[in-house]
Amino acid sequence: MSLELELFIQQVFNGLTIGAYLGLIALGYTMVYGIIELINFAHGDLFAFGFFISLTIFTALGIPRPLEGFNLIVVLPLIFVVTMLLSGGLNVLIDRVAYKPLRNAPRLAPLITAVGMSFALEALFAIWQGPSQINYPRYFPQIDILRDWMGLEPQLLFITTKDLFLFGVTIPLMVGLTLFVDRTKLGKAMRAAAQDREAASMVGINVDRIIATTFFVGGALAGAAGLVWGLYINSGRFLMGFEAGLMAFTAAVLGGIGNIRGAVLGAFIIGLLKAMGDQYIGGAWSRIIIFAVLILLLVFRPSGILGSTQSIEKV
Amino acid sequence: MSVKKLFVLLTVLMLAVLAIVPVSAQETIKIYTSWPLQGSMQPEGESMLDAARLALQHYLDDHDGVGPAGFNIEIVATDDASPTTGSWDGVIEAENAQRCVNDAACMVYFGTYNSGAAKVSMPITNEAGIAQITPANTYPGLTHAWDAGEPEIYRPSGEVNYFRTNASDDVQGFSAAAWAQCLGFTKVYILDDRQLYGKGVADAFAQRAEEIGLEVVGRDGVESTDIDFRALLTKVRAAGADLVYGGFVIDSGGPQVIQQMDALGLFGSDIKFMGPDGLVNPALVEQVGGADVTDGNIFLTFPGLTPQQLTSDSGVRFVADFEETYGYEPSPWSTYAYQSMQVILNSIERAGVNDRAAILEAMRGLSEFEGVTGIFGFDENGDPTITALGGNIVEMGEFVFSTEISPTMNESCDMGG
Repeated sequence: MSLELELFIQQVFNGLTIGAYLGLIALGYTMVYGIIELINFAHGDLFAFGFFISLTIFTALGIPRPLEGFNLIVVLPLIFVVTMLLSGGLNVLIDRVAYKPLRNAPRLAPLITAVGMSFALEALFAIWQGPSQINYPRYFPQIDILRDWMGLEPQLLFITTKDLFLFGVTIPLMVGLTLFVDRTKLGKAMRAAAQDREAASMVGINVDRIIATTFFVGGALAGAAGLVWGLYINSGRFLMGFEAGLMAFTAAVLGGIGNIRGAVLGAFIIGLLKAMGDQYIGGAWSRIIIFAVLILLLVFRPSGILGSTQSIEKV
Repeated sequence: MSVKKLFVLLTVLMLAVLAIVPVSAQETIKIYTSWPLQGSMQPEGESMLDAARLALQHYLDDHDGVGPAGFNIEIVATDDASPTTGSWDGVIEAENAQRCVNDAACMVYFGTYNSGAAKVSMPITNEAGIAQITPANTYPGLTHAWDAGEPEIYRPSGEVNYFRTNASDDVQGFSAAAWAQCLGFTKVYILDDRQLYGKGVADAFAQRAEEIGLEVVGRDGVESTDIDFRALLTKVRAAGADLVYGGFVIDSGGPQVIQQMDALGLFGSDIKFMGPDGLVNPALVEQVGGADVTDGNIFLTFPGLTPQQLTSDSGVRFVADFEETYGYEPSPWSTYAYQSMQVILNSIERAGVNDRAAILEAMRGLSEFEGVTGIFGFDENGDPTITALGGNIVEMGEFVFSTEISPTMNESCDMGG
């Protein structure tokens, strides 16, 4: 295989890995927007929370690395569950404290509150974990699949067990969420609440509980993304939620905000745009390309690629 | 008549005495120092002041106790830190400079530590025509073209009156390129955080690399808040680079780039990382994953030599006498406090008079001067013609001085030190 082709394949692969973790975060944005039409700017910080809290758990348990045997098969999934519960719980708490009292206030009020909540969380993270870059130790074993397992000698292609882990966690979670919303009774109630809150409560749906559930599921997914990120990239910082949140929010809008499949699709598109932009145009241009595509798309298709659950209103 | 004769005799005697007295009556020249002497900077500031005093003492020891051109030298130490914040304050810095200007005996203004403070005092000393010399400022724009309008905005009179004996940040980039070539690297990929400092050193690196034939296979600016550099580093690998030069500081993407270079196997494939002093921070090693990641893979430059790195006879004497006299180790920038004081004394000696303009003129004309870091003079901007910098590597997770580096070291690649 020529170097050029290998490079292209590797960059497509890099783009897909970016899409995988962005997708999990984008889902939370899109679900919350779908139900209460709030752009929850603090959502990205839940991602950072998942990163920090899981690191704290790993450190507290004193788990040796790399993870092997029992620790890999039993302890890691348990840490996943705890991280998701805590992140989901924190998101519900945020809703309870900051957004719920403003449910019927003018649209701008909860939006500003969300921005304020994001800053508050970031400041708290900086106090909790310090303002500098933090290393997330390499708990997950990294093995070069092509060279060490398959005995191939590619010039550039580099795919490791960590990549398998990334997709192995994120794809099932995305599929699981889609099935949850499409097939379960609770999911049906969520869709109903998204369509029309008042009508949903008239037919006996406890809308407050549905909203809390939505925040919980969204937060749990962002927390899972934070843990996956930590094990995958091994590095983070108190502000990481801002950067990831910005891209994930863009992904949600690109795919059609409020639309679950759209959020995932948007995330993969953004991941690919970033990887291709970095490679073929230049790192400094990647962000310009991503947002230029977003603007163009919104001009010609205001409700995003797959269409929003409702028309986008000006915020 | 006899009274008149006596009067004449007395007058002649008086005149004779007057003619002899000025040589021994020693007029005083004052040198005002200005850098932080309280707050977190206190240890560094105190050490720099002691280094300046020691330079004066050494001068007197070497000249039978006679000051330069027979003048008595007095160091007036002022503090430009605010008692409330503990760090430098523009208002206080301006007052310090004004005090020197208003004191007819003040011939040289010796400061500042912070480049920001120098931006305040430079225009004041410049208009007064007083020589100013720094023991530590590295910001390039103070002496030569850098950001818009620099350095002219600091020189209202149009004359150069500000000098430094240490390297500016951009010289780090030049030296890094020369060092990279000496280390055997041939293809460099340059990254920077697109900030004033990071892009500045990266630009300097690129410029010198081109001059000495070190191939630059790619260049990218990154978003300093970005968290995922894998696509960019895949590009670096495909470009065939054997070195990544990163114009970063500790919180603008540098640690992530290093850490992801390791995760993507670049270090394992003998692609190394080199960066400027913005990354010389003990926290870096822990941030990128510990000694396993850093050892042998990271090269960092530092814009000067610490006292402990000096190898000249005068440098060794400076460190030995400093420790003996003051009872502690001199701080990093004490090297340049000592060396700049040497330059001040030498300039007064050559001027021969206690005149601000004459001393300034003498300092401007400094050439072939033997300081503790080597032999140098001043160019037309007030920068040192030759500067020595430090090249650091990481061993067992600790930064270790590896060799003295310079923009022209690639000509001989003497890396013995």
